[in-house]
Amino acid sequence: MLEVEDVHTYYGLSHILFGVSLEAPAGEIVCILGRNGAGKSTTMKSIMGLTPPRRGTIRFKGAVITGLKPYRISRLGIGYVPDDRRVFADLTVGENLEISERARGGEHAWTLSRVYEFFPALGRIDGRRAGFLSGGEQQMLTIGRALMTNPELLLLDEPTEGLAPMVVHLLEEQIAALRDRGLTVLLAEQNQKVALRLSDRGYVIDNGSIRYHGSIQDLRENEDVRRKYLLV
Amino acid sequence: MDFGQSITLSAVGVHLLVGLSRAMILFIVSSGLSFVLGVLRVPNVAHGSLYMIGAFAAFTLNNAFGGGSAGFWLALVLSPFVVAGVALVAERALFCHLYQREHLMLLLFTFALMLILGDLVKMVWGADYRSITTPEVLEGSLPILGSSFPKYNLFLLIVGPLVAVGLYLFTNKTKIGKIARAAAVDRDMVDAIGINVSWVFAFAFVLGCFLAGLGGALVAPTISVTLGMDHDIIIEAFLIVTIGGLGNMWGALLGSLIFGVTQSLGVLLWPQFAIVFPYLAVVIVLVWRPTGMLKSVW
Repeated sequence: MLEVEDVHTYYGLSHILFGVSLEAPAGEIVCILGRNGAGKSTTMKSIMGLTPPRRGTIRFKGAVITGLKPYRISRLGIGYVPDDRRVFADLTVGENLEISERARGGEHAWTLSRVYEFFPALGRIDGRRAGFLSGGEQQMLTIGRALMTNPELLLLDEPTEGLAPMVVHLLEEQIAALRDRGLTVLLAEQNQKVALRLSDRGYVIDNGSIRYHGSIQDLRENEDVRRKYLLV
Repeated sequence: MDFGQSITLSAVGVHLLVGLSRAMILFIVSSGLSFVLGVLRVPNVAHGSLYMIGAFAAFTLNNAFGGGSAGFWLALVLSPFVVAGVALVAERALFCHLYQREHLMLLLFTFALMLILGDLVKMVWGADYRSITTPEVLEGSLPILGSSFPKYNLFLLIVGPLVAVGLYLFTNKTKIGKIARAAAVDRDMVDAIGINVSWVFAFAFVLGCFLAGLGGALVAPTISVTLGMDHDIIIEAFLIVTIGGLGNMWGALLGSLIFGVTQSLGVLLWPQFAIVFPYLAVVIVLVWRPTGMLKSVW
């Protein structure tokens, strides 16, 4: 589904990603684990075209998408949930979802009512301004917003960051439910527990390079790697 | 001190109405400026030039359609579109490459554009004073509060609120309006949900300039259309947008009302210094609320 190959990304003059390569096969949840500032978000933004990589290639469903504008990448079927949430604060919950709608995917396509079915909490606050939502509600809204574009691949950047344990648990179930519906998910996380429970395979990133990758089983058992790159 | 005419209640009432109708023109122009400022983050100094082009276009179209009622109405409807066309060309050719630049660059760029457009107007229409006559329906005055009040000003008092309602419905009820509001706050995220922000910006810019053109066409029968009218309006419009709250449409309305009313009451109270009053009001507002009266989107 997604192949990232030797990607180098810069912010201005500073070199952030040093040859990141990873793969997300269709129908799997793949996690990128790493500390704050390790390069998780930049990897996500590079895939989305928000910080276009200077070198390397990114392929989605076999086609090269490097250098495309974010809106083109979104239209190809990649949904993006940023780490800082970034709901459109002046718009209501319903308006946030409405402007994101892109009909695609036939009868199983995500619509406003399907998103509300999936996140009942959002349906109850349809008319509220997004700026007034709690962290958990905002997170559901950003995921719902991404779903409205009817993606095949979902980029989830630290969806559980700063949320109460109960909300984290709920989101975890919903993310698993999305995979069961056939969505491919690339999940960036600092929260190892969540990521190790959810994912099928994992990558460990540190200082802008992939340090380890393997099945989630391997990663669970490999405490050395986790201690070296993930402990704060 | 030499005060103006003796201040009667009826004189105050009529001046208030004149001020309000003047405020409508200011509102239409400054709401366009505010919209462009809010969505695109461009302080468009050339906004006043587009207002001037609107007025000159109204003059030319009015003549082209043989003057009279038909000429007036056609000119009023078509000149904003002429201005919108000019804006679309400017946006696609120039502005769309510059949004990521810092504000100082944009200020210099739009200032240059103002000078260029000013010279273009001079080349096309010359430096003469032009005027447009109002159609018969709007000619003359009506007795209001024991004084006479120009019908055309009454017409402005109707058009202004209509534009406000139209703008409100556009930004809150249409999908493109909602997208524009979202893009005002987070351009990248709008891009990332699959919307071509470049066209949203083009549309927002053209709409803002359309309002400048409409303001120009509406003001044309009340003044002599001439070079220099761009400078006057742009200073007023920027002040109004600043005291109202950058990018806030209702702020532009509130600012225009304050500006228009203090101006006309100033004429009544102390004609020699009438021009000082609205600026004094601006100073007072800014001392009281430095970021404007209503919420700024910046």
